[in-house]
Amino acid sequence: MNALSNGFIRKYGVIFGLVGIIIFFAIESPNYFFTPSNFILISKQSSINILLALGQMFVILTAGIDLSDGAIAGLVGAVAAGVTVTTGNLFLGLIAGLGVGIGFGIVNGIIVAFAKVPAFIATLATMSAITGITLIYTQGEPIWNLPSSFDFIGQGSLFDIPFSIILMALSFVVVWIILERTKYGRHVYAVGGNIKASRAAGVKISSVLISVYAISGLLAAIGGIILASRLGTAEPTAGSGYELDAIAAVVLGGTSLFGGEGWVVGTIIGGYIIAVLNNGMTIMNISAYYQEVVKGLVILLAVMLTSFGKKYWNE
Amino acid sequence: MTEILKINNICKSFSGVTVLKNINFSIQKGELHAIVGENGAGKSTLMKIIAGELEPDDGKIYLNGTEVKFHSPIDAIRAGISLIHQEFSLVPQLTVYENIFLGREISKKFLKINFIDKKAMKKAALEVLKTFGMLNISVDSKVKNLSVADKQLTEIAKALSTNSSILIMDEPTAALTLRETELLFSILKNLKAQGVTIIFISHRLEEIFEIADVVTVLRNGELVGTKKIDEITMEEVVSMMVGKSMKSRFPEKPIRAISDEKVLEVKNLSSDAFKNVNFVLHKGEILGIAGLVGCGNMQVGESIFGLRDFDGEIYLEGKRVDISKPTDAIKAGIFLVPEDRHDLGLVLQRSVKENHALPNLDLFSEFGFVSQKEEKQSVRASISYLNTKVSSINQRVDNLSGGNQQKIVLGKWLVRSPKILILDEPTRGIDIGAKYEIYKFMYDQALKGVSIILISSELAEVLSLSDRILVMSEGRITGELDPKNASQEDILKFAVKGKES
Repeated sequence: MNALSNGFIRKYGVIFGLVGIIIFFAIESPNYFFTPSNFILISKQSSINILLALGQMFVILTAGIDLSDGAIAGLVGAVAAGVTVTTGNLFLGLIAGLGVGIGFGIVNGIIVAFAKVPAFIATLATMSAITGITLIYTQGEPIWNLPSSFDFIGQGSLFDIPFSIILMALSFVVVWIILERTKYGRHVYAVGGNIKASRAAGVKISSVLISVYAISGLLAAIGGIILASRLGTAEPTAGSGYELDAIAAVVLGGTSLFGGEGWVVGTIIGGYIIAVLNNGMTIMNISAYYQEVVKGLVILLAVMLTSFGKKYWNE
Repeated sequence: MTEILKINNICKSFSGVTVLKNINFSIQKGELHAIVGENGAGKSTLMKIIAGELEPDDGKIYLNGTEVKFHSPIDAIRAGISLIHQEFSLVPQLTVYENIFLGREISKKFLKINFIDKKAMKKAALEVLKTFGMLNISVDSKVKNLSVADKQLTEIAKALSTNSSILIMDEPTAALTLRETELLFSILKNLKAQGVTIIFISHRLEEIFEIADVVTVLRNGELVGTKKIDEITMEEVVSMMVGKSMKSRFPEKPIRAISDEKVLEVKNLSSDAFKNVNFVLHKGEILGIAGLVGCGNMQVGESIFGLRDFDGEIYLEGKRVDISKPTDAIKAGIFLVPEDRHDLGLVLQRSVKENHALPNLDLFSEFGFVSQKEEKQSVRASISYLNTKVSSINQRVDNLSGGNQQKIVLGKWLVRSPKILILDEPTRGIDIGAKYEIYKFMYDQALKGVSIILISSELAEVLSLSDRILVMSEGRITGELDPKNASQEDILKFAVKGKES
């Protein structure tokens, strides 16, 4: 009884939250907000954050955190753009970018798994280092003159669906399958829930820890490439701040910061809540300064309601 | 004797499930009143109601003849009733005296500002400890540096410093060694002599018969009876608890011949917790390793499972095996059911199904994908073999009782056809019915040829189940006994060997 209702609020509460926000903006702005084209726009706007959030979720499920994924996204955008421009080969640029993302993810994982540095400190340090490396690599200048094939990733469409949305949807499906249906996914949840019991059950802890940061790095890399491609230029500071939106999406989606509990669909909905808020408030002509305040309050309210709901159901 | 507490028709239910039904009994001043019952019988709920942590749906509580209504633990404490939980409410970073006066600090005024008067607090704390014979505790030590037993005494001192006349203790001896238990009991007797009334929950019937004056038995939320301890036998208490007459707490040992086939042989096992441990385990044998808490038997078990570093050699079926991590032991067919299942046995926030499957995913998956069907079949088979009570295989394990949790831990290893099962305190904190089932399960496995190492500090359990008993003390094996002609005293003699010197 308790188990059911407890899980119910945590799992589905966020859906009511999203629906509530959508209804609010639909009433306020039926002509601009509540239109199919605007929903495609929202999806496009949320795609980068959701990609980062999906990676972040793996890390948070193991009771860690990845503060460096925004910085990785920024560096990867620059490397992918830079290599594409200098070699004239898009494929090489993408490989280099994805490699850099996975590589720094593995570095994070090794620091956490072997040097036993708490994830918060480890990734705070690598965030700073990676941001610096991006500035060194770009010499602080944006990278221009990207070929049109590069622009396709963030701006193009396939069957009238923006390519970035397709990438996001594919990543969601793959992540869902990994977490819900594979041995590896079970190990991720178990390590986050009880690392000692997992070890006693024969789970290889260090490979699970390193791989979750690698996955976070990979998804941040995809996000970073979309970002550079959408802007048509790789800005050296493009990724900064993305890590916090990604963490917010994961937490809004009901994943426990203590690890071991979380739902992929929740993370997607969490990402959409943030995107709908940004979009709706812009349509309502609310100043960007106020938007940040409202976003903060909504996140706080949502998390408080979830924990209040849990308490209420448990009584 | 005068009646101090009267419980009248107390009822309580949680979300439609009745937990307590028309409970009536009374407690006399200065008596040690034991409350027993299986897990889920309602003991803890009843204690929480008496201590103001829960409010009853119906019924009345009379304290010294007048009706009292508690809305919070503070109300109960003011009325002189303190509940001491299994998990302590002490602040580890603070000292003993700071904890005793936490929230009621003694202060002195200086320039009209209140400052904490450490001297007065220390003196008052010492006074409390002295009055009740707890002189082994230093008021200046930080609580985090105390043993479990001393933490408990600090908790008791904290309660007594508020002038509690009724002390409720929820399984106070669960984590104590024999010696610490004896100390606690002598202090409880001292408290009793000074007129403090003690309500005591325990799973260990021996203890209750040693110290209690009166015992009240609960079953399924109903009061079965309140009896003077010298007017009842242990068997009668057991049958009141389980509702049917159980001949004894232990199932009958199956008659079988144990082969000479050596399954496991350990040679010169040493680590920081034990020295030169040598023994042989035969096929289908139940080998008890007894000893007091801290004697090293638990560490021997964990080492053979690869959880600890050690020196020495392990031979499995005559072949040397190298075990440096749990994966090595699992591959060899050696499994551990740990003493602390929450710490090492289960992922509490995950489901029955996932916990069962965790070490067995390689069996249920192909190319890394888990076969939902095979997984479900396996967990269902295990649940029905062990008679595990779950509402669904997707239920979180932290909502299960201790006995059912233990069955999940046992069940997950069964899938892999164990050669050796290391059971470390397998029945700690679980009720009599589930204990009985786990004993039967052990015999069943032994009959199937599984060799079992039973690590236990419950002497009755070791004596009744083992085919052979090793006793450890101070990290060394000090004796080997044949349970057929050995008594608890014989085990204890070896268990304290080397301690006196």
